[in-house]
Amino acid sequence: MKRLRWDAIIGLVGLLMLLVGSYIGLFAAPPERHMGEVQRLMYVHVPTAWISMLVLTAAFGFAIASMWTGRPKWDAVMTGATETGVVLGALLTVQGMIWAKPTWGVWWDWDVRLTTTLIMVLFFTGVLVLRSYVAEPERRATWSAVAVIVGYVDVPLVYFCVRWFRSLHQVQSSPETVASTMITPLRINAFAMLFLAIWFVARRSRLELARLRRESVALPPRRAPRGTAVPEAPQEG
Amino acid sequence: MRVLGQIATLVRKDLLLEWRGRTRGLSVVLFGIVTLLLFSFAVGPDSAALRAGAAGFLVLALLLSSTLALSEGFRLEHENHALEGLLLAPVEPMALYYGKALSNTLFLILLAPILTPVAVILYAVDAGPATLVQVIGLWALAAAGLSAPGTLFAAMTSRLRSQDVLLPLLLFPLVVPVLLGSVKAIALVLGGDPMGQLSSWTVLLGAFDVIYWTLSGVLFTHVVEEGV
Repeated sequence: MKRLRWDAIIGLVGLLMLLVGSYIGLFAAPPERHMGEVQRLMYVHVPTAWISMLVLTAAFGFAIASMWTGRPKWDAVMTGATETGVVLGALLTVQGMIWAKPTWGVWWDWDVRLTTTLIMVLFFTGVLVLRSYVAEPERRATWSAVAVIVGYVDVPLVYFCVRWFRSLHQVQSSPETVASTMITPLRINAFAMLFLAIWFVARRSRLELARLRRESVALPPRRAPRGTAVPEAPQEG
Repeated sequence: MRVLGQIATLVRKDLLLEWRGRTRGLSVVLFGIVTLLLFSFAVGPDSAALRAGAAGFLVLALLLSSTLALSEGFRLEHENHALEGLLLAPVEPMALYYGKALSNTLFLILLAPILTPVAVILYAVDAGPATLVQVIGLWALAAAGLSAPGTLFAAMTSRLRSQDVLLPLLLFPLVVPVLLGSVKAIALVLGGDPMGQLSSWTVLLGAFDVIYWTLSGVLFTHVVEEGV
């Protein structure tokens, strides 16, 4: 029998926890006083928001490591984290829109939190598109790392904007202001999302690393030593 | 001091090339005017709606023109291996970035005295000379905000055949704060600022400029090392 990889086990645990957390959130936790049943979206929306920002923060760290060391491993993990961050960010935007319609009366509002989140998703999607256009592996690694670092400036802005600007979106709650029956499913789902994200990042990184290895066999690296002339780049994309 | 001298030389070179050729300048100015005209056609003859949207149309004309200007800036450097010549001179990569970003900013600022009066006439905006000076000042902040990441991305995408797609794809989402800040600030200058909000939008523009002029300058060295 084929043995499960460590990340698959974490992913399965995450999936199981998501089912348990969502069950408690849907059926055991009480409805919120003002919003009623629709507030139950919080149990997936808030963990998605936390983990998407966490994963993109990890991508930022991997981008620095990739630029610092020049090792393909970091480039592959950065790509996996960026892809996962984009998927979670898109999911976050859709969940937010579903929650906005019954509570704000509109699917979308040009509120600072929504705008910065959309910028985040669009920019990191652009980074993935950039990667697909650059054929030379080392140049692709550096350019996408540069783009991730440049774009990461938006991520703390997404988190803190509700405190810095007047926003339709509510500010972050603390465990002291939320009933314990609501905190439990929220925490279970937050860890579930984290485990699922680790699984996705690990899987995508492995695939990207395999792709990079295949490329390196077909195309030997040709990094010029520091201080020498920059070799002419071929037309790409 | 050596880096500052190199930056000044690069800016002088770019402006001289622009002055001698004038093709990029003319095409970007014409593009900006056509964009302003198109907005007025899209909205229709409703002068109140045009006046209300004047700040947005003006900044969008700057944003769309900037992609033309930015991509052209690095295309010139690839002709006859000029960029490699500069690096071998040797010009510091950081000086190359700041020289290019500064000349791009100056080029975009020079669009303001042409496009702003055109917008004032087309959209029937009531603006005196003092108002126009304020608008040009805010335009300069917006131009600096567009040029900082724009120059970095233009360098990265200049070798790619799909630069026309990639540059806006990377630049436009990133510069949304510049777009929002400059539109709001210019609208307040043109339409009055009873709540005193102008300073906060100007601070947002200034903060964006400081962050991206610093960050892009540091990262450009790595981009050049991989060969732009």
